Amino acid sequence: MDKVPKENSRFKKFREYIAKSILRFPEDGTSPERYRALRRNIMILMILVTVIPLSLMATINYYQYQKSLKAEIFNPLNVLTNKTKRSFELFIEERLSTIRFISSAYSCEDLSNEKVINHILIVLKKEFEGFVDLALINSEGKQVNYAGPYDFLGKDYSQQSWFHEVLVKGLHISDVFLGYRKFPHIAIAIQNLSEADQCWILRATIDTKKFDEIFAMMELDPQSDAFLINKEGILQTESRSYGKILEECSLSIPSGGHGTYLSEEVDNKGREIFMAYTRFVEPEFTLVVVKPRSLILKTWFTFRTEIFFIFIGSVLIIVLLVFKLTDIQVRHIKESDEKRELAFRELEHSQKLSSIGRLAAGVAHEINNPLAIICQKAGLMKDLINLGTDFKEKPKFIKSTNSILQSVNRCSTITHRLLGFARRMEVEYEELDLNEVLQEVIGFLEKEALHRNIKVVINFAPDLPLISSDRSQLQQVFLNILANGFAAVEDGGIIKIKTWEEDDEIEGVSIRDNGCGMSEKDLSNIFEPFFTTKKGYGTGLGLPITYGIIKKMGGTIDVKSTEGVGSTFTILLPKKLKKI
Amino acid sequence: MDEYRVLIVDDEEELVTTIAERLQIRGIQAQTATDGETALKMIEANPPQFVVLDIMMPGMGGIEVLQRMIAQNLKIPVILLTGYGSTEQGMEGMKLGAFDYLMKPCDLNNLIGKIQEAVKNL
Repeated sequence: MDKVPKENSRFKKFREYIAKSILRFPEDGTSPERYRALRRNIMILMILVTVIPLSLMATINYYQYQKSLKAEIFNPLNVLTNKTKRSFELFIEERLSTIRFISSAYSCEDLSNEKVINHILIVLKKEFEGFVDLALINSEGKQVNYAGPYDFLGKDYSQQSWFHEVLVKGLHISDVFLGYRKFPHIAIAIQNLSEADQCWILRATIDTKKFDEIFAMMELDPQSDAFLINKEGILQTESRSYGKILEECSLSIPSGGHGTYLSEEVDNKGREIFMAYTRFVEPEFTLVVVKPRSLILKTWFTFRTEIFFIFIGSVLIIVLLVFKLTDIQVRHIKESDEKRELAFRELEHSQKLSSIGRLAAGVAHEINNPLAIICQKAGLMKDLINLGTDFKEKPKFIKSTNSILQSVNRCSTITHRLLGFARRMEVEYEELDLNEVLQEVIGFLEKEALHRNIKVVINFAPDLPLISSDRSQLQQVFLNILANGFAAVEDGGIIKIKTWEEDDEIEGVSIRDNGCGMSEKDLSNIFEPFFTTKKGYGTGLGLPITYGIIKKMGGTIDVKSTEGVGSTFTILLPKKLKKI
Repeated sequence: MDEYRVLIVDDEEELVTTIAERLQIRGIQAQTATDGETALKMIEANPPQFVVLDIMMPGMGGIEVLQRMIAQNLKIPVILLTGYGSTEQGMEGMKLGAFDYLMKPCDLNNLIGKIQEAVKNL
């Protein structure tokens, strides 16, 4: 009573687990966990829905085929066994009726005559096969007359069991025995009553060679076997595999009613066999026909092997296919997720840029006005100091006003950059030579390079096709990146600039420095507005502006950096103007 | 050097008076105005040799003042001051007929340079 609900809850739990883990296709996030789960679940489901029907089909096929094959094997075996049984019964019946006929046709006196009995035996031998001898036995069990090759006259059978059986039942058919004659035979004894109510018995022995002939008629293959046993399980004929004649049969035959039975057994030698057996009424023999299963089921085994290999093969193919397909599917999903994610991030980034731009422009504009006043006031102060008479603190005042003016300059650089960042000027396209633009920009920085002993290595692709782009914006881009490079390298550093034709549509520029490089965290932030590593004097706008310009031109910018080794900026620009 | 007069127009009074004072220190006569209307009246009453115009002003802006001057056929060189770091408005003004433009905050020497350049061309 307790166990049922427990089992139920366990089943429920299992079902919940399945629903939770296998039937769930996680949608959120792009963690590798998610794709692993997705891949696993899709694979399990696909394999289940393909392999389960396949195994069902294979199993059903297997049993169907086995069934029909068995019927096909059993039927002929059944028929053969019945036919053979009929032959035996006919053989025994014939002999029995002959003996009956003789014992009825002749009187005891006739048969007591040696000549008559000899004559009968000669006729019997001529007309019927198998008769060996004929004996007349009186009611005391004494053999009173005999025809045959042996000298059994006067032999006393009164102590033998068959004699008593004949007296009771009037008929006896013996088991096969060797007896005095030293060859297997059976004896048929019939009791009869003379006119004087004297009982006498006619006994004939029959050679069982004929049994072997009947078996031979079955045309069994060498591995098969057919034999007779009596009700004690003693072999009545020679068996190929289960013992010699008159030995106990090593195969146990189940006792049963009359009729033909078929069964599958494993014999004492461990062979799997099909066995058909049927019982006679008189004598109480059992006919056994044995066929080794391996022989009968050779086709079956081939079929089984075939079905097995086909099954395994299909499962392998299915698993491989499922694996491959799932892999492709999940990779597709992953790629599209990543693309979506990237698009989102870019949208976010550009939105951020534009809103920051608007804010920056407003702020910059507002600051520019007071800045202009500060500038002019400081200038006036300077003018006045210069014009006025010397006083004690004059140099200090001059220094201070200069410092104010310098600071104003710095501020205005920042506000101008902010405004430049916010500017949404249309790109003016013209045909440009990238090498030339770069050369110009390098020219701006020549003085600093000379001063700091920085080596600028140029590796320009010759005959670079003209590119449709905006000169001033490209200049700004290269200037920003080069300025970064200059800031990154130590005095005496190296900056390498390279241009190349990527393909028919794209040209590339790379600017590499051997400066301080960036950490991964910095690297992920360098295109964010107001992010700067140049403490104190960076605006954090140079690279976001660069990024914005290149995006607007339909190009891409990529940075690789190793801390302490240097950074490489790679810019790919379309040759023809691309509307974004 | 001929005597010449400069009109400085900006809505920030502190700015214009300071610039005017500094110009006067350098021997350049300077007048000031803090809105477009006043400036136009002053120009009409007594045309200066040079005008410095802020683009962004409440009421009449620098560009409008410039347009009206041109409409009245007053051929006085104008320098525009722009608070937006962009060259866009400056370029627009130059297309209309301004002599040049400067970004705020501007260096006085720059301004004087431009003034002298403009006056020389007269």
